[in-house]
Amino acid sequence: MDFLKDLFKFLGARKKFWLAPIIIVLLLLGILIVIGGGSALAPFIYTLF
Amino acid sequence: MNILGISAYYHDSAAAIIQDGEIVAAAQEERFTRIKHDPAFPVNAVKFCLEYSGLSLDQVDAFVFYDKPLLKFERLLETYYGFAPKGIKSFMMAIPVWLKEKMFLKREIYAELEKIGPFEKSKLKFLFPEHHLSHAASAFYPSPFKEAAILTLDGVGEWATASICYGNGKEIKILKELDFPHSLGLLYSAFTYFLGFKVNSGEYKLMGLAPYGNPRSEKVAGYVKTIKEHLIDIKADGSVWLNQDYFDYATGLKMVHDSKWQSLFGFSTRESESDLEQHHCDLGYAIQIITEEIVIKMAEHAKELTGSDNLCMAGGVALNCVANGKLLRKYIFKDIFIQPAAGDAGGALGAALAAYHIHYGKDRTVATGLDAMKGSYLGPLHSDLEVDLMARKYKAPFHLFDNFDELATRTAAELAEGNVVGWFQGRMEFGPRALGGRSILGDPRNPEMQKKLNLKIKYRESFRPFAPSVLAEECEKYFDHKGISPYMLLVADVKEDRRKPIPANYYEMPLMDRLYVPRSDVQAITHLDFSARIQSVHKETNPKYYRLLEKFRDKTGFGMLVNTSFNVRGEPIVCTPEDAYRCFMRTEMDFLVVNNCLFVKTEQPAWKEIDNWKTEFKLD
Repeated sequence: MDFLKDLFKFLGARKKFWLAPIIIVLLLLGILIVIGGGSALAPFIYTLF
Repeated sequence: MNILGISAYYHDSAAAIIQDGEIVAAAQEERFTRIKHDPAFPVNAVKFCLEYSGLSLDQVDAFVFYDKPLLKFERLLETYYGFAPKGIKSFMMAIPVWLKEKMFLKREIYAELEKIGPFEKSKLKFLFPEHHLSHAASAFYPSPFKEAAILTLDGVGEWATASICYGNGKEIKILKELDFPHSLGLLYSAFTYFLGFKVNSGEYKLMGLAPYGNPRSEKVAGYVKTIKEHLIDIKADGSVWLNQDYFDYATGLKMVHDSKWQSLFGFSTRESESDLEQHHCDLGYAIQIITEEIVIKMAEHAKELTGSDNLCMAGGVALNCVANGKLLRKYIFKDIFIQPAAGDAGGALGAALAAYHIHYGKDRTVATGLDAMKGSYLGPLHSDLEVDLMARKYKAPFHLFDNFDELATRTAAELAEGNVVGWFQGRMEFGPRALGGRSILGDPRNPEMQKKLNLKIKYRESFRPFAPSVLAEECEKYFDHKGISPYMLLVADVKEDRRKPIPANYYEMPLMDRLYVPRSDVQAITHLDFSARIQSVHKETNPKYYRLLEKFRDKTGFGMLVNTSFNVRGEPIVCTPEDAYRCFMRTEMDFLVVNNCLFVKTEQPAWKEIDNWKTEFKLD
């Protein structure tokens, strides 16, 4: 709940409500890809994400 | 008021605590976990900060994370959207990480804090200042300036990759920002990658390699021209535009498009650990020149915008001490303060300071003396009892000195004999540089010292230079440098009268032959271009190290030592007496001084531990 509150406050502050559907779809998709795991560490790139 | 700052989840995780505005403790997580640039939540560093300040989690008024995760996520989504359908691979790697932990950072942090101790969730206040504001705060608030221009430069935070701010009293005003994907830090990292060094840690090596480039060669001029024509557009205010046709970092999993760079520069991406050739050095030199040009232009613009006589700097690019030295000698500003933990670790401290002065509006007391960083000796301190217990564990004999002066005299004598000494005293340094708390020391006059330190002690690339620690009052005796440089963040030339004539074919000589050409009477710290990365040592911040330097001066006439970090290649700087002893025994170091105890290598029992730093620590 904390996260959703923060998210909507953020979208409001940045006036970027168009990101909301993308984030929701990502969250749904996420359930699928999270299972696959993944690491942010790649040796040839700056830690951008 | 107690405020805890945190940086985590990217690289160089750290924690810092301030109490009523005073910086009390700060440390990087890597020192505890022994994993270099550890990105994990800094459980150990937080524990240390709380213990050192005598606080429990419930007594912390605010918990401040060094950037805004949702703003960063916005940048990621908009970047992927902008470049789509390119970037699917990177997207598939990034999104799970975000959906698993980074989107739900508060939950993650709560879970990590629960490992440290009990606290009341509802009472814990979370704050998230912007990444570059954290950097700016880390540079301005501890500085000795009432007001100053602030320049922050790094790879990328949320959107910003550089910023110009103005600090006055307790206020910091952001005046201008440069946004992703255009970034000086990422440009330098791209060259780090192309020249075969590890991104995020090899940037420092690239800076050390640059002076091997031939400043007289047409090749260097050609590379500079090529870079400016194809890769980057430098605007009058120092902002940069990077031609994304050549870079892969925005959507790919490496920094550059290798084949395009190969056609541009005429050679392929250097394999890690392969031989370095002159064209690698020339290209390194070219990008260093360009970096300096950009930093100076940005600083000039900061001066125009603020009119201030003072400049504060932070962000990973502010660790480029060669550029800092050039900037200083442009005399755009009367005085420059650079945060010693300029990289992301320092963001933890900046976040805490920003919360205190900006969010809570608390007044700032401008530091008297050097600054408010306490010499950057903000880490753990280890007692004599701990040293004794460590010695018992390893059955390690040592000589105990009741009188520190006698220990300093003996150490100075051993150094003057050409021995290498591990020096472990007082609180550990915060930031990437060893400043005489966790250092390996040698005699700068000794022409063999650089080779010995690189190959027999540090086990690192032989081209890498070493830095001098010099008595603050004697700095001008050796270097073309007025003022101080307490954090080894400024490079200056060795004085003309100390230099030795170099052969006419100096720049045409093979790399390693050039390295061993006598260049000055302090050969071990004189880099190929006669420069040195100075640390001025001050009695007020490190009296013991200062005393050792005095003793060495009494013995040799030189108030200077070679100072390199106490570690081997790939290992984080030692934290505890045990880390120090292990490093001492694994290498060909001759003596180890921990607090008032002197360990002599020849008296130690054979090192039986079945371990090998080469496998324990990944090469950086």
